[in-house]
Amino acid sequence: MNTEKPLLIKRLWVVSFSLLLVLLAAMFLGLSLGSSHSGIKAVFQNLLGIGPQDPMLDTIIWKIRFPRILLATLVGGTLSLGGLVFQAILKNPLAEPYILGISGGSAIGAIIGILMGLLRFPGVSLMAFSGSIGTLLLILVMSSGHTILKKDALLLSGVMVNAFCGAVIMFLVSLTQDARLHNIIFWLMGDLSMVDMPQVGILAAMLLPCFFLVFWFSNSMNLLLMGKEMAQTMGINVKAVTVTLLVATSFMVSTTVSYCGLVGFVGLVVPHLLRLLFGPDHRVLVPACVLGGGAYLVFCDVLARTLPDQGEMPAGVITAMIGAPLFIYLLKKTRR
Amino acid sequence: MAIDVKNLNFFYGNIPALKDLSFSVTQGDFFIIIGPNGSGKTTLMKVMAGIFKPKTGRLKILNRTLENYTRKDLAQTMAFVPQMMPVDFPFSVIEVVLMGRSPYMGMLGIEQETDLKIAEQALAFTGVDHLAHRKLDQLSGGEQQRVFVARAICQEPEIILLDEPTASLDLAHQIRLMDLMEKLKNETGITVVMVSHDVNLAAMYCDRLLLLKNGEMVCLGPPDEVLTFQTLEAAYGCTLLVDESPLGKVPRITPVPHKYIHRE
Repeated sequence: MNTEKPLLIKRLWVVSFSLLLVLLAAMFLGLSLGSSHSGIKAVFQNLLGIGPQDPMLDTIIWKIRFPRILLATLVGGTLSLGGLVFQAILKNPLAEPYILGISGGSAIGAIIGILMGLLRFPGVSLMAFSGSIGTLLLILVMSSGHTILKKDALLLSGVMVNAFCGAVIMFLVSLTQDARLHNIIFWLMGDLSMVDMPQVGILAAMLLPCFFLVFWFSNSMNLLLMGKEMAQTMGINVKAVTVTLLVATSFMVSTTVSYCGLVGFVGLVVPHLLRLLFGPDHRVLVPACVLGGGAYLVFCDVLARTLPDQGEMPAGVITAMIGAPLFIYLLKKTRR
Repeated sequence: MAIDVKNLNFFYGNIPALKDLSFSVTQGDFFIIIGPNGSGKTTLMKVMAGIFKPKTGRLKILNRTLENYTRKDLAQTMAFVPQMMPVDFPFSVIEVVLMGRSPYMGMLGIEQETDLKIAEQALAFTGVDHLAHRKLDQLSGGEQQRVFVARAICQEPEIILLDEPTASLDLAHQIRLMDLMEKLKNETGITVVMVSHDVNLAAMYCDRLLLLKNGEMVCLGPPDEVLTFQTLEAAYGCTLLVDESPLGKVPRITPVPHKYIHRE
């Protein structure tokens, strides 16, 4: 019998290392490209500290592009991981924070926080977290019970929650006719441009522990995919694992929403691709999602910054334009 | 005693599902639970597996009350093969079987050489070793079921519980699976407890049968004691013929269609 299946540790290193290279390449692309056309060579010279230095370019790279790229990495990793966790726990390959309405719920909370004039951290973040927990509870109620339509009901309820959240958000925005309006609309579509390094630092401090927590439970997620009952009789505390993962994921997702609004479908596209490449083992997929999801959003953000002739568009526009067709394709494929 | 149940009651909300059950399963037995739909077979199995908590009564696994087991202890003692359901995620056969080792592994389930060896032995025992690197969702129902049995064997349990493992399998796969469980019982001494709808299949393999109706025990004993005209008609409420199987010494049950009843 063929036992040459690489042991887990080796596979983990190979996958993580290759995706880290992809991420670094995407980051370099993100540092090089933008609305000011400085050329890749000049960026190279700046990064390596050789040749003639342009102080203007230095500022653009390190004060504007660098925090933005780090933000995109963190947010992309979080959203991919969020999709992965929801897919495992709800046993539905189409589940994703945005599609389920978790992001929408967070956005309502965040907007209420913004309109109340709270600080982004901790005020708006906490409001977003409560919004996400609210939608999470709604989803859990919808997905409990033993109807055959369970899977579809879940997605449908997500669509409805999204529509409702959209309406509430527009309602709230219409109530305040002030200058914050434009910002909010832009933020809603997933805007990565409004951070500086200290804010990225706070975000990283909140998200990184969650990444490790999810990784700690990655094998439990494998077992959960075999069904709750089988998982339980293999020694898993199903309730504790499920609650911990759902709360941690909602926390991560809502935090990213409070920083950069609604970036949709990342949690659908990235885990799906990575599963095709590396198989369904979550112990490999968790680190792969963090790195690969980061690279994906950095790349989408590069497109968002360079495609328009003038100015830029929110990254959420790009991710939705890639993700929504894929969702429809997967929906058709999984229908039996 | 492998399993000892005393005065067990279980409710879904206010609706009683299991009423005052008391019985025991001897170690090394092939023990099959039969009964009409809604008689509480699956519920009983899930209570025995530790998935449902009984309202009142006592449940002992290997002479130790269920509450005295940690999750891992229990998983090392008893494995459960639930009713089949589709798996949407493309795990390979060897990955699924290795999951059976998780009660012996750490949080991340990092497998050692010995775990791999045990998984391969289990695959060979269940006759699916040639499928080790195939995806689970590409296999037939019969093959999938044997993979899940291999996974259960990997837990190195004393007891294996199976919930209707032959449902939706064709005749050949039904017999192969039952033969496999009998071989497992004979060669390893593992106690096999199974819920089944197929009384004829049950009669051919089990050492003892438990017949349930409305959550109550109707009859318990070897097949020729339980599978009599009176008990079966009382439990299932339909006309049945009971005679001896051409294989000999095993009762054969034939449900009688309505059109044959008024002929004579």
